[in-house]
Amino acid sequence: MTVNGTRYDRDVEPRTLLVHFLREELGLTGTHVGCDTSYCGACTVIVDGRSVKSCTYLAVAADGADVRTVEGVAVDGTLHPVQEGFWERHGLQCGFCTPGMIMSSVALLEQNPAPGEGEIRHAIEGNLCRCTGYHNIVRAVEYAAAKMRGEEPPAPDWEVPS
Amino acid sequence: MLRLPVVRHVAPTSLDEVIELLAGDGAMLAAGGTDLVPNLKRRQYPEAKTIVSLRRVAGLDGVSVADGGTIRIGALTTVARLATDDAVPEALREAAGAVASPQLRNRGTVGGNLCVDTRCHWLNVPDTWRQAAEPCLKAGGEMCWVAPAKKICWAVSSSDLAPAMIALDASVRLVGPDGERTAPVGELYRDDGLVHLAKAPNEILVEVIVPAPQGRRAGYRKLRRRGSIDFPILGVAASFRLEDGRVNDPRLVLGAVASSPVRVTAAEELLAGRPLTDALIAEAAELAGKSVRPMSNTDLTSRYRKRMVPVFVRRLLEDLAAD
Ligand SMILES: Cc1cc2nc3c(=O)[nH]c(=O)nc-3n(C[C@H](O)[C@H](O)[C@H](O)COP(=O)(O)OP(=O)(O)OC[C@H]3O[C@@H](n4cnc5c(N)ncnc54)[C@H](O)[C@@H]3O)c2cc1C
Ligand code: FES
Ligand code: FES
Repeated sequence: MTVNGTRYDRDVEPRTLLVHFLREELGLTGTHVGCDTSYCGACTVIVDGRSVKSCTYLAVAADGADVRTVEGVAVDGTLHPVQEGFWERHGLQCGFCTPGMIMSSVALLEQNPAPGEGEIRHAIEGNLCRCTGYHNIVRAVEYAAAKMRGEEPPAPDWEVPS
Repeated sequence: MLRLPVVRHVAPTSLDEVIELLAGDGAMLAAGGTDLVPNLKRRQYPEAKTIVSLRRVAGLDGVSVADGGTIRIGALTTVARLATDDAVPEALREAAGAVASPQLRNRGTVGGNLCVDTRCHWLNVPDTWRQAAEPCLKAGGEMCWVAPAKKICWAVSSSDLAPAMIALDASVRLVGPDGERTAPVGELYRDDGLVHLAKAPNEILVEVIVPAPQGRRAGYRKLRRRGSIDFPILGVAASFRLEDGRVNDPRLVLGAVASSPVRVTAAEELLAGRPLTDALIAEAAELAGKSVRPMSNTDLTSRYRKRMVPVFVRRLLEDLAAD
């Protein structure tokens, strides 16, 4: 399979899950494991352009596939607009859900460059966050969407008089 | 981290090979694996030895509409595709869009959804938790923890697509060692939490055939604790035609209240031939509520879930009447 643009040819035990392959075989520990049963979304990666939960995805089923993880979204040390958005709009606290949130958001913006707030919330509905209350995550994705369209991101909430 | 038990994995390219391999000891069929793999991780299938993947078999993916308007949906079509394909009737898109979460809809298939295993609070937990009590019937034991009086497994039918498919009179094409057959989706199920499918384990669902909607109004509503991720704890699907203001050929189907989807024929008979007034809708909703007895084996209390049946039926019928 190809992971973040690099091709890997490996023999794996049939029971190896994609998340174990990424973390243990390739050392890509950015993809987290939370619930282990495909509820929480911490393990979200992008396979052939679509977000999936890697904790119940057999590594052998990704044979020949194009896999992208959170390690692959920044290019040459420059943060991806989604990562920048999480930074600029405080889209994380403990950070446990963040790799999954970022991958779901990246997948969304590749399919829909101008999502409304409702569409963003639906796109991350398969990712649980115990800390942020989601609000700043939505703002982070809005920031990224604007940046990727070459527009000025909306001002942060804390600078908008209420 | 939870790992899979030691299993073999085979991914043949022909249906014949899949069918042959499924006859083997401990063979389990996988499509997207979004139901099978978590269940295996929780050690719910101690007999499992080999995962037989359907995914390399060509020609099982896609949605097509024939000249007469009949819609054919391949078993490997993803739930995400079903939720967004304009050729698919709205009721099915609603049901598909309510399945699990975006990542699982991208991976889960229509065939896997219709065959999804029945669920129960006593079973769908890690095996270390299960070991705290005697194994229940579905875990190979002698009793049911939900209703210990009888040796019946009440695990819940948890597919969102099944009730919607039944309300649209869809059928499935199955291919097995003795050839193929077509059956209405409703006849795919048995009201038995242990063996919930009325098909041989090596019969493969290859496609779903949905008749041309021809003016049928149809919809699906779902109850679950959160607005996403969770399995249904109640699904309501209905369809009918309105002719001269009267209900014609109604279907009312409930999901996640028994071990199979439940067709409420008493309510269908009440609705047929009558004008769809608020009073009639209320009466049909009450009948639906009386026809089922959810058990204490899934999220939220059984009393609450039973009380929600008429509420959800009424809301859906009102929405369809207003369409
Ligand atoms: C956290 C979570 C939430 C979920 N929420 C929902 C929900 O809200 N609603 C819902 O309906 N489902 C839900 N699911 C279950 C599942 O993800 C979906 O039903 C999905 O569509 C199953 O498809 P699959 O291809 O992944 O099935 P698989 O896991 O591959 O298969 C499921 C079962 O069907 C059998 N099977 C698969 N394909 C065929 C076929 N073509 N012919 C015969 N048998 C077959 C398999 O042997 C297996 O027993 C959820 C799962 C998880 C883990
Ligand atoms: S670890 Fe995969 S969804 Fe929670
Ligand atoms: S930031 Fe802590 S779980 Fe989301």
